[in-house]
Amino acid sequence: MDLKLLEKLTQTFGPSGYEGEIRAAIREEVASLGDELYVDRLGSLVVHRRSAAPQAKKLLLAAHMDEIGLMVTHIEEKGFLRFTNIGGLYPLHHIGGRVRFANGLIGTIYVERREDRSQAPQLKHLYIDVGAKSREDCPVAVGDPGVFVGSLVQQNGRLISKTMDDRIGCYVLIEMLRQIQAPAYDLYVVFSTQEEVTLAGARTSTYRIAPDIAISVDVTLTGDTPKALPMAVELGKGPAVKVKDSGMIAHPTVRQMLIDAAQQADVPYQLEVLQGGTTDAMAMQLVREGIPSGCLSIPSRFVHSPSEMVDEADVENAIKLLVATVETN
Amino acid sequence: MENLVHTLEVLSNAFGPSGSEMEVRQLVRERTEAHAQQAYVDALGNLLLTKRGTKRDLHVMVSAHMDEVGLMVVGYTQGNLRVATIGGIDPSILPGLHVLVGRKKHPGVIGVQAIHRTSHKSREQSPAIEDLAVDIGAQSEEEARKLAPLGTPIIFATRFHAVERMCSGKAFDNRAGCTVLTELLQGDPFPCDVTGAFTVQEEVGLRGAGVAAYAISPDLAIVLEGTVADDLPKKESDVSPTTELGKGPAITVKDRSYVTYPPLLRHVIRTAQEMHIPYQIKQPGVSGTESGAIHRVGVGIPSITISVPCRYIHSPVSLLKLDDLENTIRLIQAVLSTLPSDILKIK
Repeated sequence: MDLKLLEKLTQTFGPSGYEGEIRAAIREEVASLGDELYVDRLGSLVVHRRSAAPQAKKLLLAAHMDEIGLMVTHIEEKGFLRFTNIGGLYPLHHIGGRVRFANGLIGTIYVERREDRSQAPQLKHLYIDVGAKSREDCPVAVGDPGVFVGSLVQQNGRLISKTMDDRIGCYVLIEMLRQIQAPAYDLYVVFSTQEEVTLAGARTSTYRIAPDIAISVDVTLTGDTPKALPMAVELGKGPAVKVKDSGMIAHPTVRQMLIDAAQQADVPYQLEVLQGGTTDAMAMQLVREGIPSGCLSIPSRFVHSPSEMVDEADVENAIKLLVATVETN
Repeated sequence: MENLVHTLEVLSNAFGPSGSEMEVRQLVRERTEAHAQQAYVDALGNLLLTKRGTKRDLHVMVSAHMDEVGLMVVGYTQGNLRVATIGGIDPSILPGLHVLVGRKKHPGVIGVQAIHRTSHKSREQSPAIEDLAVDIGAQSEEEARKLAPLGTPIIFATRFHAVERMCSGKAFDNRAGCTVLTELLQGDPFPCDVTGAFTVQEEVGLRGAGVAAYAISPDLAIVLEGTVADDLPKKESDVSPTTELGKGPAITVKDRSYVTYPPLLRHVIRTAQEMHIPYQIKQPGVSGTESGAIHRVGVGIPSITISVPCRYIHSPVSLLKLDDLENTIRLIQAVLSTLPSDILKIK
């Protein structure tokens, strides 16, 4: 594992719509890894690697670089902040946690005292304390975006951090770009924007590229924690080849392409049926005349919390699987 | 040139629930067509007018939806009309209202029981849309069917009024935006090319704007709206309103449908500050607008929504301040006149 790279990726600021910093960080890493590199209209970073094979098909691989976060909606007289969600937030995950704004300012997230505690708190019950003494004294403005705080830890073969969703996908694609020798496809690697809000980055990047096949690389949930929703995906059992989620059904050809690559690279894999949630592939499959699409998932526990956990071997195997996918026709 | 208040009046009074925007389209078309180099109505009914720029470095789409919320005839109880809502309407505001049925504007009343005939208990419950019926004075189902066939659209019968700087009327969401766009198109050319899009069917799912954006394929989009002003005193005092009347155009940073492209947001705010135009940030995360449909079209279209604050939208009568309408026009004019050529360049 290149822990330094993963630390840089997970800790860099980039809520949906505000991907400037994370784009710059990824750009540094991939600057020499493609034949062409560009930023498209909605800010996705695209690395184009040509194939020596004649008439190679266009393959698009996408991992989103945006992360969930929050946006300030109101500053109270005493300086407390109220906020709305950027992407899917579960209030319980964030009580007692911290938020970081673009200028580095940190705030504590807490919950107001509620008379009725039988119901889970809603976002409107939460507030942020940045240490301001009044509205006038508050160094944050309405409309400012923030991200959650959670450092990277490596332990027992697992990796824990904020924003594994989907910087681990970005990590896998960067490592893959480093390792591939001779791509059999005309390869476009897209670090997409706005996945957590509207999937608009991958959708529009795909429109411009018009690939023959599109695959997203993202995290998925697992069924291996106490009283988890039944799901046949476990941490450490290999990367997951998506069959279906709530936004898409993977194209059978693409699914088989990933399974064949797993067998060829001799890495374990699991099949994934995700009941709640989706990924860039949902948007990509419907672009233009329709694009056969699929997804390779990194199993992750505690998704959309500040402590998302993945398995190191799953990550390494995902890289091997994708290298085999790209190098084999 | 026609006075601004008169334009708003004519457009506010016009008939145009989602899917039946013909009258509004005709009214804006006759006011703008002579000022555009190209004008056409697309397959869904959007009116698209292109005003060529002096520099032509960028092409900006400026949209305003023409449609309003309303009702539609879905059945009959003897001579009475059963209705469904078109767009978001709270049925509890409907009983007793005067409405206009169909494009011929047949008068109707949403029937209520006289208070003599109701109980305290029944008065405490808000009606569902199924409990309500529109009375057009028909004696039989046959007569009702003739006057208002199934699918006939219905609007609120509210007439526009203006006193000093206050205007009241129906459908300020989004005839306020249509008024701003009409005014922009009537003015001098901008440096950039501008295509004004008077769009259809926003209230039922942002349907017109997406296809208009596909046809226009602009570099950037500005969406004009009449949005929620809920600035009256609240029980919980320390809660921010979505927008406030009289505080200037409301700029969206993020709503439920999209996130504003930061360079465009910065340009709009900087322009307002330099021109000393009052502005407010619309409370982030509230409602969805056409930017949500436009930003994802084609190779991507950086978008921003800018709204005229209006109290009581999606009801029979809304209230707006002329200052806000004028300041919105000034702001968009200035934004379009000073758009930097390199606004699309991001590292």
